[in-house]
Amino acid sequence: MNFQLPDIGPVIPELVMTGLALILLTAELFIKNKKVLAFASSVGVGGVAFTLIGASGTTFGGMFISDGYSTFFKLIFFINAILSILISVKYIAIEKVNFGEYYSLILFSTLGMMIMASAADLIVLYLGLELMALSTYILAGFIRYDVRSNEAALKYLLLGAFSSAFLLYGISMVYGLTGTTDLKAIAQFITTHGLTANHSLLLSMLLIAIAFGFKIAAVPFHMWAPDVYEGAPTSITAFMSVGPKAAGFAALGRVFMIAFGSMQFEWTAILIPLSILSMAVGNIVAIAQTNIKRMLAYSSIAHAGYVLLGVIVANNEGLAGMMTYLMIYAFMNIGAFAVVIMLRTEGFKGEDIKDYEGLAKTHPLLAAIMLIFMFSLAGIPPTAGFIGKLYVFMNAIDAGYTWLVIVAVIFSVISAYFYLRIVMYMYMREPKVEVSISTSPSMNLALIVTTVAVLAIGVFPSIVVDLAKAAISGF
Amino acid sequence: MVPLNWYIVLSTAVFTIGVIGFLMRRNVIIILMSIELMLNGVNINLIAFSHYLQDPRGQILTFFIITVAAAEAAIGLAIIIALFRNKATAHVDDIHEMQG
Repeated sequence: MNFQLPDIGPVIPELVMTGLALILLTAELFIKNKKVLAFASSVGVGGVAFTLIGASGTTFGGMFISDGYSTFFKLIFFINAILSILISVKYIAIEKVNFGEYYSLILFSTLGMMIMASAADLIVLYLGLELMALSTYILAGFIRYDVRSNEAALKYLLLGAFSSAFLLYGISMVYGLTGTTDLKAIAQFITTHGLTANHSLLLSMLLIAIAFGFKIAAVPFHMWAPDVYEGAPTSITAFMSVGPKAAGFAALGRVFMIAFGSMQFEWTAILIPLSILSMAVGNIVAIAQTNIKRMLAYSSIAHAGYVLLGVIVANNEGLAGMMTYLMIYAFMNIGAFAVVIMLRTEGFKGEDIKDYEGLAKTHPLLAAIMLIFMFSLAGIPPTAGFIGKLYVFMNAIDAGYTWLVIVAVIFSVISAYFYLRIVMYMYMREPKVEVSISTSPSMNLALIVTTVAVLAIGVFPSIVVDLAKAAISGF
Repeated sequence: MVPLNWYIVLSTAVFTIGVIGFLMRRNVIIILMSIELMLNGVNINLIAFSHYLQDPRGQILTFFIITVAAAEAAIGLAIIIALFRNKATAHVDDIHEMQG
Protein backbone atom coordinates (compact mmCIF):
# COMPACT_ATOMS: atom_id res chain seq x y z
CA MET A 1 0.00 0.00 0.00
CA ASN A 2 1.32 3.35 -1.04
CA PHE A 3 0.73 6.27 1.28
CA GLN A 4 1.47 9.76 0.12
CA LEU A 5 1.69 12.63 2.56
CA PRO A 6 -0.70 15.36 1.44
CA ASP A 7 0.58 18.86 0.77
CA ILE A 8 0.52 20.52 4.18
CA GLY A 9 1.25 24.04 2.87
CA PRO A 10 -2.37 25.28 3.01
CA VAL A 11 -3.01 23.87 6.50
CA ILE A 12 0.07 25.34 8.19
CA PRO A 13 -1.94 28.00 10.12
CA GLU A 14 -4.24 25.28 11.49
CA LEU A 15 -1.30 23.05 12.40
CA VAL A 16 0.51 25.89 14.18
CA MET A 17 -2.68 26.80 16.01
CA THR A 18 -3.17 23.18 17.15
CA GLY A 19 0.44 23.05 18.38
CA LEU A 20 0.04 26.34 20.21
CA ALA A 21 -3.15 25.23 21.94
CA LEU A 22 -1.60 21.91 22.99
CA ILE A 23 1.58 23.56 24.27
CA LEU A 24 -0.48 26.02 26.33
CA LEU A 25 -2.57 23.18 27.71
CA THR A 26 0.60 21.43 28.91
CA ALA A 27 2.36 24.59 30.08
CA GLU A 28 -0.67 25.39 32.21
CA LEU A 29 0.44 22.63 34.60
CA PHE A 30 3.75 24.33 35.35
CA ILE A 31 2.94 28.03 35.14
CA LYS A 32 1.39 29.46 38.26
CA ASN A 33 0.93 33.00 36.93
CA LYS A 34 -1.93 32.71 34.45
CA LYS A 35 -1.16 36.15 32.97
CA VAL A 36 1.84 34.54 31.28
CA LEU A 37 -0.53 32.16 29.50
CA ALA A 38 -2.75 35.03 28.40
CA PHE A 39 0.26 36.87 27.04
CA ALA A 40 1.62 33.76 25.32
CA SER A 41 -1.71 32.89 23.73
CA SER A 42 -2.41 36.38 22.39
CA VAL A 43 1.12 36.75 21.03
CA GLY A 44 0.88 33.19 19.67
CA VAL A 45 -2.34 33.94 17.80
CA GLY A 46 -0.63 37.01 16.35
CA GLY A 47 2.18 34.71 15.22
CA VAL A 48 -0.28 32.29 13.61
CA ALA A 49 -1.69 35.23 11.65
CA PHE A 50 1.70 35.60 9.94
CA THR A 51 1.64 31.98 8.77
CA LEU A 52 -1.50 32.86 6.78
CA ILE A 53 0.70 34.70 4.26
CA GLY A 54 2.23 31.61 2.70
CA ALA A 55 -0.77 29.34 3.00
CA SER A 56 -2.92 29.09 -0.10
CA GLY A 57 -4.23 26.32 -2.29
CA THR A 58 -6.23 23.13 -1.97
CA THR A 59 -5.13 20.00 -0.17
CA PHE A 60 -6.31 16.68 1.33
CA GLY A 61 -7.93 15.63 -1.92
CA GLY A 62 -9.86 18.89 -2.30
CA MET A 63 -11.37 18.68 1.20
CA PHE A 64 -9.52 21.69 2.53
CA ILE A 65 -9.16 24.99 0.70
CA SER A 66 -7.22 28.05 1.71
CA ASP A 67 -8.19 31.07 -0.41
CA GLY A 68 -8.72 34.80 0.08
CA TYR A 69 -12.21 34.23 1.44
CA SER A 70 -11.04 31.86 4.16
CA THR A 71 -7.97 34.00 4.94
CA PHE A 72 -10.12 37.09 5.53
CA PHE A 73 -12.38 35.15 7.87
CA LYS A 74 -9.38 33.72 9.72
CA LEU A 75 -8.22 37.30 10.24
CA ILE A 76 -11.59 38.08 11.87
CA PHE A 77 -11.23 34.99 14.09
CA PHE A 78 -7.72 36.02 15.17
CA ILE A 79 -8.87 39.56 15.99
CA ASN A 80 -11.75 38.04 17.93
CA ALA A 81 -9.49 35.63 19.83
CA ILE A 82 -6.83 38.23 20.70
CA LEU A 83 -9.32 40.87 21.84
CA SER A 84 -11.30 38.31 23.85
CA ILE A 85 -8.13 37.14 25.59
CA LEU A 86 -7.13 40.74 26.36
CA ILE A 87 -10.47 41.57 27.96
CA SER A 88 -10.51 38.28 29.90
CA VAL A 89 -7.31 38.55 31.95
CA LYS A 90 -8.62 40.64 34.85
CA TYR A 91 -12.24 39.55 34.43
CA ILE A 92 -11.76 35.82 34.98
CA ALA A 93 -9.69 36.63 38.07
CA ILE A 94 -12.59 38.70 39.43
CA GLU A 95 -14.98 35.83 38.68
CA LYS A 96 -12.51 33.51 40.49
CA VAL A 97 -12.17 31.13 37.55
CA ASN A 98 -8.59 31.99 36.68
CA PHE A 99 -7.67 28.64 35.14
CA GLY A 100 -5.16 28.17 32.34
CA GLU A 101 -7.30 25.91 30.15
CA TYR A 102 -9.51 28.92 29.48
CA TYR A 103 -6.98 30.21 26.96
CA SER A 104 -6.39 26.88 25.23
CA LEU A 105 -10.16 26.41 24.89
CA ILE A 106 -10.39 29.80 23.17
CA LEU A 107 -7.62 28.69 20.82
CA PHE A 108 -9.30 25.34 20.09
CA SER A 109 -12.56 27.12 19.39
CA THR A 110 -10.73 29.50 17.04
CA LEU A 111 -9.14 26.47 15.36
CA GLY A 112 -12.61 25.02 14.76
CA MET A 113 -13.70 28.31 13.17
CA MET A 114 -10.62 28.32 10.93
CA ILE A 115 -11.42 24.79 9.74
CA MET A 116 -15.03 25.82 9.07
CA ALA A 117 -13.95 28.78 6.97
CA SER A 118 -11.60 26.56 4.96
CA ALA A 119 -13.90 23.56 4.55
CA ALA A 120 -14.46 22.53 0.93
CA ASP A 121 -16.17 19.33 2.02
CA LEU A 122 -19.17 18.77 4.25
CA ILE A 123 -17.28 16.28 6.47
CA VAL A 124 -14.56 18.84 7.24
CA LEU A 125 -17.22 21.49 7.76
CA TYR A 126 -18.96 19.30 10.35
CA LEU A 127 -15.72 18.55 12.20
CA GLY A 128 -14.73 22.22 12.34
CA LEU A 129 -18.19 23.19 13.53
CA GLU A 130 -18.13 20.63 16.34
CA LEU A 131 -14.63 21.57 17.48
CA MET A 132 -15.72 25.20 17.64
CA ALA A 133 -19.02 24.40 19.35
CA LEU A 134 -17.73 21.90 21.93
CA SER A 135 -15.02 24.30 23.11
CA THR A 136 -17.55 27.11 23.34
CA TYR A 137 -20.00 25.01 25.40
CA ILE A 138 -17.31 24.51 28.03
CA LEU A 139 -16.35 28.19 27.98
CA ALA A 140 -20.01 29.23 28.42
CA GLY A 141 -20.17 27.13 31.59
CA PHE A 142 -16.76 28.20 32.82
CA ILE A 143 -18.01 29.78 36.07
CA ARG A 144 -18.74 26.38 37.59
CA TYR A 145 -20.15 27.63 40.89
CA ASP A 146 -22.61 30.01 39.21
CA VAL A 147 -25.91 28.37 38.35
CA ARG A 148 -26.59 30.93 35.59
CA SER A 149 -23.38 29.98 33.82
CA ASN A 150 -24.28 26.26 34.13
CA GLU A 151 -27.69 26.95 32.72
CA ALA A 152 -26.22 28.91 29.81
CA ALA A 153 -23.85 26.06 28.98
CA LEU A 154 -26.62 23.47 29.18
CA LYS A 155 -28.96 25.43 26.92
CA TYR A 156 -26.18 26.12 24.46
CA LEU A 157 -25.16 22.45 24.39
CA LEU A 158 -28.68 21.07 23.96
CA LEU A 159 -29.67 23.48 21.19
CA GLY A 160 -26.25 23.31 19.55
CA ALA A 161 -26.38 19.50 19.44
CA PHE A 162 -29.98 19.65 18.20
CA SER A 163 -28.98 21.96 15.36
CA SER A 164 -25.94 19.89 14.38
CA ALA A 165 -28.19 16.81 14.17
CA PHE A 166 -30.26 18.76 11.62
CA LEU A 167 -27.10 19.70 9.75
CA LEU A 168 -26.06 16.03 9.65
CA TYR A 169 -29.46 14.86 8.42
CA GLY A 170 -29.22 17.44 5.66
CA ILE A 171 -25.70 16.30 4.82
CA SER A 172 -26.77 12.64 4.75
CA MET A 173 -29.59 13.45 2.32
CA VAL A 174 -27.29 15.47 0.08
CA TYR A 175 -24.84 12.56 0.18
CA GLY A 176 -27.56 10.06 -0.72
CA LEU A 177 -28.73 12.18 -3.64
CA THR A 178 -25.39 13.19 -5.10
CA GLY A 179 -23.06 10.44 -3.84
CA THR A 180 -20.44 12.91 -2.63
CA THR A 181 -19.76 15.41 0.14
CA ASP A 182 -17.38 17.61 -1.84
CA LEU A 183 -18.95 21.04 -2.35
CA LYS A 184 -17.79 21.48 -5.96
CA ALA A 185 -18.76 17.91 -6.90
CA ILE A 186 -22.22 18.44 -5.37
CA ALA A 187 -22.70 21.57 -7.48
CA GLN A 188 -21.59 19.70 -10.61
CA PHE A 189 -23.91 16.76 -9.90
CA ILE A 190 -26.88 19.06 -9.33
CA THR A 191 -26.43 20.87 -12.64
CA THR A 192 -25.62 17.81 -14.77
CA HIS A 193 -28.53 15.76 -13.41
CA GLY A 194 -30.98 18.65 -13.29
CA LEU A 195 -31.77 18.20 -9.60
CA THR A 196 -32.57 21.88 -8.92
CA ALA A 197 -36.28 21.17 -8.44
CA ASN A 198 -35.79 17.93 -6.47
CA HIS A 199 -37.90 18.00 -3.32
CA SER A 200 -35.50 15.92 -1.23
CA LEU A 201 -32.65 18.23 -2.14
CA LEU A 202 -34.77 21.26 -1.21
CA LEU A 203 -35.55 19.63 2.12
CA SER A 204 -31.89 18.90 2.81
CA MET A 205 -31.01 22.49 1.90
CA LEU A 206 -33.67 23.67 4.33
CA LEU A 207 -32.23 21.44 7.09
CA ILE A 208 -28.73 22.83 6.48
CA ALA A 209 -30.12 26.39 6.51
CA ILE A 210 -31.83 25.65 9.86
CA ALA A 211 -28.53 24.42 11.34
CA PHE A 212 -26.67 27.54 10.20
CA GLY A 213 -29.59 29.64 11.41
CA PHE A 214 -28.96 28.27 14.91
CA LYS A 215 -25.26 29.03 14.70
CA ILE A 216 -25.69 32.62 13.53
CA ALA A 217 -28.65 33.11 15.92
CA ALA A 218 -31.17 34.15 13.27
CA VAL A 219 -34.86 34.29 14.19
CA PRO A 220 -36.72 31.85 14.59
CA PHE A 221 -33.65 29.86 15.70
CA HIS A 222 -32.49 32.44 18.23
CA MET A 223 -34.21 31.22 21.42
CA TRP A 224 -30.94 30.11 22.99
CA ALA A 225 -29.04 33.34 22.36
CA PRO A 226 -30.41 35.72 25.04
CA ASP A 227 -30.14 33.17 27.88
CA VAL A 228 -26.72 31.92 26.83
CA TYR A 229 -25.33 35.43 26.30
CA GLU A 230 -26.64 36.55 29.68
CA GLY A 231 -25.44 33.56 31.69
CA ALA A 232 -22.03 32.99 30.12
CA PRO A 233 -18.96 34.87 31.42
CA THR A 234 -19.05 38.31 29.75
CA SER A 235 -15.70 37.83 28.01
CA ILE A 236 -17.03 34.61 26.48
CA THR A 237 -20.25 36.35 25.48
CA ALA A 238 -18.07 38.81 23.55
CA PHE A 239 -16.11 35.92 22.06
CA MET A 240 -19.09 33.90 20.93
CA SER A 241 -21.20 36.80 19.71
CA VAL A 242 -18.52 37.40 17.05
CA GLY A 243 -16.56 34.19 16.37
CA PRO A 244 -19.14 31.43 15.94
CA LYS A 245 -21.42 33.88 14.15
CA ALA A 246 -18.71 34.83 11.66
CA ALA A 247 -17.77 31.16 11.22
CA GLY A 248 -21.42 30.31 10.60
CA PHE A 249 -21.58 33.00 7.93
CA ALA A 250 -18.31 31.80 6.37
CA ALA A 251 -19.68 28.26 6.04
CA LEU A 252 -23.13 29.49 4.97
CA GLY A 253 -21.62 31.61 2.21
CA ARG A 254 -19.40 28.83 0.90
CA VAL A 255 -21.97 26.02 1.05
CA PHE A 256 -24.79 28.00 -0.50
CA MET A 257 -22.73 29.88 -3.09
CA ILE A 258 -20.72 26.84 -4.24
CA ALA A 259 -22.64 23.64 -3.52
CA PHE A 260 -26.11 25.09 -4.06
CA GLY A 261 -25.03 27.79 -6.51
CA SER A 262 -27.60 26.67 -9.08
CA MET A 263 -30.45 26.86 -6.55
CA GLN A 264 -30.00 30.52 -5.69
CA PHE A 265 -33.66 31.33 -6.17
CA GLU A 266 -34.71 28.68 -3.65
CA TRP A 267 -32.25 29.55 -0.90
CA THR A 268 -32.74 33.28 -1.13
CA ALA A 269 -36.43 32.51 -0.57
CA ILE A 270 -35.41 30.75 2.68
CA LEU A 271 -32.97 33.44 3.84
CA ILE A 272 -35.09 36.56 3.16
CA PRO A 273 -37.70 35.71 5.83
CA LEU A 274 -34.90 34.78 8.25
CA SER A 275 -33.27 38.16 7.66
CA ILE A 276 -36.46 40.20 8.07
CA LEU A 277 -37.54 38.27 11.19
CA SER A 278 -34.08 38.64 12.75
CA MET A 279 -34.07 42.39 12.22
CA ALA A 280 -37.65 42.72 13.51
CA VAL A 281 -37.47 40.52 16.60
CA GLY A 282 -33.89 41.48 17.49
CA ASN A 283 -34.46 45.22 17.36
CA ILE A 284 -37.94 45.33 18.86
CA VAL A 285 -37.38 42.91 21.76
CA ALA A 286 -34.08 44.63 22.63
CA ILE A 287 -36.07 47.74 23.57
CA ALA A 288 -37.68 45.93 26.51
CA GLN A 289 -34.45 44.61 28.06
CA THR A 290 -33.07 45.82 31.37
CA ASN A 291 -29.90 43.69 31.37
CA ILE A 292 -27.22 45.06 29.07
CA LYS A 293 -25.86 41.61 28.13
CA ARG A 294 -29.35 40.52 27.13
CA MET A 295 -29.83 43.74 25.18
CA LEU A 296 -26.58 43.16 23.32
CA ALA A 297 -27.72 39.57 22.66
CA TYR A 298 -30.84 40.83 20.90
CA SER A 299 -28.73 43.43 19.12
CA SER A 300 -26.48 40.63 17.87
CA ILE A 301 -29.55 38.78 16.56
CA ALA A 302 -30.55 41.93 14.69
CA HIS A 303 -27.03 42.30 13.27
CA ALA A 304 -27.25 38.73 11.95
CA GLY A 305 -30.27 39.95 10.01
CA TYR A 306 -28.29 42.79 8.41
CA VAL A 307 -25.38 40.50 7.57
CA LEU A 308 -27.76 37.98 5.97
CA LEU A 309 -28.56 40.69 3.38
CA GLY A 310 -25.01 40.23 2.11
CA VAL A 311 -25.61 36.51 1.53
CA ILE A 312 -29.06 37.09 -0.01
CA VAL A 313 -27.49 39.33 -2.68
CA ALA A 314 -25.67 36.13 -3.76
CA ASN A 315 -22.74 37.61 -5.65
CA ASN A 316 -19.14 38.45 -4.84
CA GLU A 317 -19.95 42.08 -3.95
CA GLY A 318 -22.57 40.89 -1.48
CA LEU A 319 -20.12 38.50 0.15
CA ALA A 320 -17.50 41.28 0.34
CA GLY A 321 -20.10 43.44 2.10
CA MET A 322 -20.84 40.61 4.52
CA MET A 323 -17.12 40.15 5.28
CA THR A 324 -16.63 43.91 5.80
CA TYR A 325 -19.60 44.00 8.15
CA LEU A 326 -18.39 41.04 10.20
CA MET A 327 -14.89 42.53 10.57
CA ILE A 328 -16.36 45.85 11.76
CA TYR A 329 -18.83 44.02 14.00
CA ALA A 330 -15.93 42.19 15.68
CA PHE A 331 -14.35 45.48 16.74
CA MET A 332 -17.46 47.33 17.85
CA ASN A 333 -19.16 44.44 19.63
CA ILE A 334 -16.10 43.31 21.57
CA GLY A 335 -15.48 46.97 22.43
CA ALA A 336 -18.99 47.31 23.85
CA PHE A 337 -18.57 44.12 25.89
CA ALA A 338 -15.18 45.38 27.12
CA VAL A 339 -16.96 48.39 28.65
CA VAL A 340 -19.52 46.06 30.24
CA ILE A 341 -16.65 44.01 31.71
CA MET A 342 -15.00 47.13 33.13
CA LEU A 343 -18.05 47.81 35.26
CA ARG A 344 -17.77 44.33 36.82
CA THR A 345 -15.85 44.59 40.06
CA GLU A 346 -15.69 42.45 43.20
CA GLY A 347 -19.21 42.31 44.59
CA PHE A 348 -20.77 44.41 41.85
CA LYS A 349 -22.32 42.91 38.73
CA GLY A 350 -22.69 46.06 36.62
CA GLU A 351 -24.98 44.30 34.13
CA ASP A 352 -28.09 46.37 34.72
CA ILE A 353 -28.71 49.19 32.26
CA LYS A 354 -29.50 51.43 35.27
CA ASP A 355 -25.88 51.01 36.41
CA TYR A 356 -24.91 53.22 33.47
CA GLU A 357 -26.83 56.22 34.83
CA GLY A 358 -24.55 59.21 35.17
CA LEU A 359 -21.47 57.33 34.05
CA ALA A 360 -20.34 60.42 32.14
CA LYS A 361 -20.02 62.32 35.45
CA THR A 362 -18.05 59.67 37.31
CA HIS A 363 -16.03 58.15 34.46
CA PRO A 364 -16.14 60.55 31.49
CA LEU A 365 -13.58 58.73 29.34
CA LEU A 366 -15.29 55.36 29.68
CA ALA A 367 -18.66 56.94 28.89
CA ALA A 368 -17.19 58.57 25.78
CA ILE A 369 -15.82 55.22 24.61
CA MET A 370 -19.18 53.51 25.22
CA LEU A 371 -20.81 56.36 23.27
CA ILE A 372 -18.62 55.57 20.26
CA PHE A 373 -19.51 51.86 20.35
CA MET A 374 -23.21 52.55 20.78
CA PHE A 375 -23.15 55.01 17.84
CA SER A 376 -21.29 52.41 15.81
CA LEU A 377 -23.73 49.60 16.65
CA ALA A 378 -26.61 51.90 15.76
CA GLY A 379 -24.87 52.77 12.47
CA ILE A 380 -24.36 56.50 12.96
CA PRO A 381 -21.50 58.16 10.98
CA PRO A 382 -18.56 58.70 11.29
CA THR A 383 -18.21 55.32 12.98
CA ALA A 384 -17.42 51.97 11.39
CA GLY A 385 -20.91 50.57 11.96
CA PHE A 386 -22.27 53.07 9.45
CA ILE A 387 -19.78 51.93 6.81
CA GLY A 388 -20.70 48.28 7.34
CA LYS A 389 -24.40 48.94 6.93
CA LEU A 390 -23.82 51.29 4.00
CA TYR A 391 -21.93 48.67 1.95
CA VAL A 392 -24.32 45.83 2.71
CA PHE A 393 -27.35 47.98 1.87
CA MET A 394 -25.74 49.41 -1.29
CA ASN A 395 -25.00 45.93 -2.63
CA ALA A 396 -28.55 44.84 -1.86
CA ILE A 397 -29.97 47.83 -3.78
CA ASP A 398 -27.68 47.09 -6.74
CA ALA A 399 -29.03 43.54 -6.77
CA GLY A 400 -32.62 44.82 -6.87
CA TYR A 401 -33.65 44.25 -3.25
CA THR A 402 -34.67 47.88 -2.66
CA TRP A 403 -37.76 46.91 -0.63
CA LEU A 404 -35.66 44.73 1.64
CA VAL A 405 -33.22 47.59 2.26
CA ILE A 406 -36.12 49.89 3.14
CA VAL A 407 -37.27 47.33 5.72
CA ALA A 408 -33.72 47.07 7.06
CA VAL A 409 -33.36 50.85 7.36
CA ILE A 410 -36.66 51.11 9.25
CA PHE A 411 -35.52 48.50 11.77
CA SER A 412 -32.13 50.16 11.94
CA VAL A 413 -33.87 53.40 13.00
CA ILE A 414 -35.77 51.47 15.67
CA SER A 415 -32.46 50.07 16.93
CA ALA A 416 -31.16 53.59 17.52
CA TYR A 417 -33.69 53.89 20.33
CA PHE A 418 -32.17 51.28 22.63
CA TYR A 419 -28.56 52.05 21.75
CA LEU A 420 -29.03 55.74 22.37
CA ARG A 421 -30.96 55.01 25.56
CA ILE A 422 -27.65 53.86 27.06
CA VAL A 423 -26.05 57.12 25.89
CA MET A 424 -28.96 59.09 27.36
CA TYR A 425 -28.60 57.26 30.69
CA MET A 426 -24.86 57.95 30.75
CA TYR A 427 -25.04 61.65 29.87
CA MET A 428 -28.40 62.94 31.05
CA ARG A 429 -29.03 61.14 34.34
CA GLU A 430 -27.52 61.66 37.74
CA PRO A 431 -25.44 58.78 39.11
CA LYS A 432 -27.50 56.72 41.59
CA VAL A 433 -25.15 53.89 42.51
CA GLU A 434 -21.46 54.11 43.25
CA VAL A 435 -19.79 52.56 40.18
CA SER A 436 -16.11 51.81 40.27
CA ILE A 437 -14.30 50.37 37.28
CA SER A 438 -11.68 47.65 37.04
CA THR A 439 -8.81 48.55 34.78
CA SER A 440 -5.82 46.54 33.68
CA PRO A 441 -3.15 47.16 31.02
CA SER A 442 -4.50 44.44 28.70
CA MET A 443 -8.03 45.81 29.02
CA ASN A 444 -6.82 49.32 28.21
CA LEU A 445 -5.00 47.96 25.18
CA ALA A 446 -8.16 46.19 23.97
CA LEU A 447 -10.22 49.35 24.43
CA ILE A 448 -7.66 51.48 22.60
CA VAL A 449 -7.48 49.02 19.70
CA THR A 450 -11.24 48.69 19.32
CA THR A 451 -11.93 52.43 19.66
CA VAL A 452 -9.22 53.37 17.19
CA ALA A 453 -10.37 50.66 14.77
CA VAL A 454 -14.02 51.75 14.94
CA LEU A 455 -13.11 55.41 14.32
CA ALA A 456 -10.40 54.69 11.74
CA ILE A 457 -12.59 52.37 9.67
CA GLY A 458 -15.39 54.92 9.95
CA VAL A 459 -13.21 57.68 8.51
CA PHE A 460 -11.10 55.60 6.10
CA PRO A 461 -13.41 52.72 5.12
CA SER A 462 -11.18 51.67 2.25
CA ILE A 463 -8.84 49.88 4.71
CA VAL A 464 -11.32 47.07 5.24
CA VAL A 465 -13.48 47.39 2.13
CA ASP A 466 -10.54 47.04 -0.28
CA LEU A 467 -9.15 44.14 1.72
CA ALA A 468 -12.50 42.34 1.57
CA LYS A 469 -12.83 43.01 -2.17
CA ALA A 470 -9.32 41.72 -2.80
CA ALA A 471 -9.99 38.66 -0.65
CA ILE A 472 -13.19 37.74 -2.46
CA SER A 473 -11.75 38.17 -5.97
CA GLY A 474 -10.62 34.54 -6.23
CA PHE A 475 -13.80 33.03 -4.80
CA MET B 1 -31.16 -7.61 -0.24
CA VAL B 2 -33.13 -5.15 1.88
CA PRO B 3 -34.24 -2.29 -0.36
CA LEU B 4 -32.78 1.18 0.28
CA ASN B 5 -36.23 2.64 0.94
CA TRP B 6 -36.65 0.58 4.10
CA TYR B 7 -33.48 2.01 5.55
CA ILE B 8 -34.55 5.54 4.72
CA VAL B 9 -37.93 4.96 6.39
CA LEU B 10 -36.19 3.49 9.45
CA SER B 11 -33.72 6.38 9.70
CA THR B 12 -36.48 8.97 9.27
CA ALA B 13 -38.50 7.24 11.99
CA VAL B 14 -35.56 7.14 14.42
CA PHE B 15 -34.68 10.78 13.67
CA THR B 16 -38.28 11.89 14.15
CA ILE B 17 -38.59 10.00 17.45
CA GLY B 18 -35.42 11.85 18.53
CA VAL B 19 -36.85 15.25 17.54
CA ILE B 20 -40.14 14.53 19.33
CA GLY B 21 -38.27 13.29 22.40
CA PHE B 22 -36.11 16.42 22.43
CA LEU B 23 -39.15 18.67 22.30
CA MET B 24 -41.49 16.75 24.62
CA ARG B 25 -39.41 15.20 27.39
CA ARG B 26 -38.46 17.36 30.38
CA ASN B 27 -35.56 15.41 31.87
CA VAL B 28 -32.16 16.63 30.70
CA ILE B 29 -30.68 13.11 30.54
CA ILE B 30 -33.53 11.91 28.33
CA ILE B 31 -33.13 15.00 26.13
CA LEU B 32 -29.46 14.06 25.66
CA MET B 33 -30.55 10.51 24.79
CA SER B 34 -32.99 11.93 22.22
CA ILE B 35 -30.12 13.81 20.59
CA GLU B 36 -28.20 10.51 20.37
CA LEU B 37 -31.25 8.96 18.69
CA MET B 38 -31.28 11.76 16.11
CA LEU B 39 -27.59 11.21 15.41
CA ASN B 40 -28.13 7.46 15.08
CA GLY B 41 -30.92 8.09 12.62
CA VAL B 42 -28.39 10.04 10.56
CA ASN B 43 -25.88 7.19 10.91
CA ILE B 44 -28.34 4.61 9.56
CA ASN B 45 -29.04 6.90 6.62
CA LEU B 46 -25.35 7.44 5.87
CA ILE B 47 -24.40 3.77 6.07
CA ALA B 48 -27.34 2.70 3.91
CA PHE B 49 -26.40 5.26 1.27
CA SER B 50 -22.75 4.33 1.57
CA HIS B 51 -23.53 0.66 0.95
CA TYR B 52 -25.95 1.43 -1.86
CA LEU B 53 -23.53 3.81 -3.60
CA GLN B 54 -20.50 1.57 -2.90
CA ASP B 55 -18.66 4.66 -1.65
CA PRO B 56 -16.77 4.84 1.66
CA ARG B 57 -17.39 8.53 2.44
CA GLY B 58 -20.64 7.86 4.28
CA GLN B 59 -19.01 5.35 6.59
CA ILE B 60 -16.10 7.72 7.26
CA LEU B 61 -18.54 10.45 8.27
CA THR B 62 -20.35 7.94 10.50
CA PHE B 63 -17.14 7.22 12.38
CA PHE B 64 -16.65 10.93 12.93
CA ILE B 65 -20.25 11.36 14.08
CA ILE B 66 -19.89 8.55 16.64
CA THR B 67 -16.67 10.07 17.98
CA VAL B 68 -18.06 13.59 18.20
CA ALA B 69 -21.26 12.29 19.80
CA ALA B 70 -19.17 10.66 22.52
CA ALA B 71 -17.34 13.94 23.17
CA GLU B 72 -20.64 15.79 23.19
CA ALA B 73 -22.16 13.35 25.68
CA ALA B 74 -19.10 13.70 27.94
CA ILE B 75 -19.37 17.49 27.95
CA GLY B 76 -23.14 17.35 28.33
CA LEU B 77 -22.97 15.08 31.36
CA ALA B 78 -20.20 17.20 32.88
CA ILE B 79 -22.37 20.30 32.53
CA ILE B 80 -25.35 18.46 34.04
CA ILE B 81 -23.22 17.41 37.03
CA ALA B 82 -22.00 20.99 37.51
CA LEU B 83 -25.59 22.18 37.38
CA PHE B 84 -26.77 19.42 39.72
CA ARG B 85 -24.22 20.48 42.34
CA ASN B 86 -25.58 24.03 42.38
CA LYS B 87 -29.25 23.24 41.97
CA ALA B 88 -30.21 19.63 42.65
CA THR B 89 -32.39 19.09 39.58
CA ALA B 90 -32.29 17.49 36.16
CA HIS B 91 -35.67 18.83 35.12
CA VAL B 92 -35.59 21.55 32.46
CA ASP B 93 -38.66 23.33 33.84
CA ASP B 94 -36.73 24.03 37.05
CA ILE B 95 -33.82 25.54 35.14
CA HIS B 96 -34.99 29.09 34.58
CA GLU B 97 -32.57 31.48 36.27
CA MET B 98 -32.81 33.93 33.39
CA GLN B 99 -35.97 35.33 31.95
CA GLY B 100 -36.97 38.34 29.89
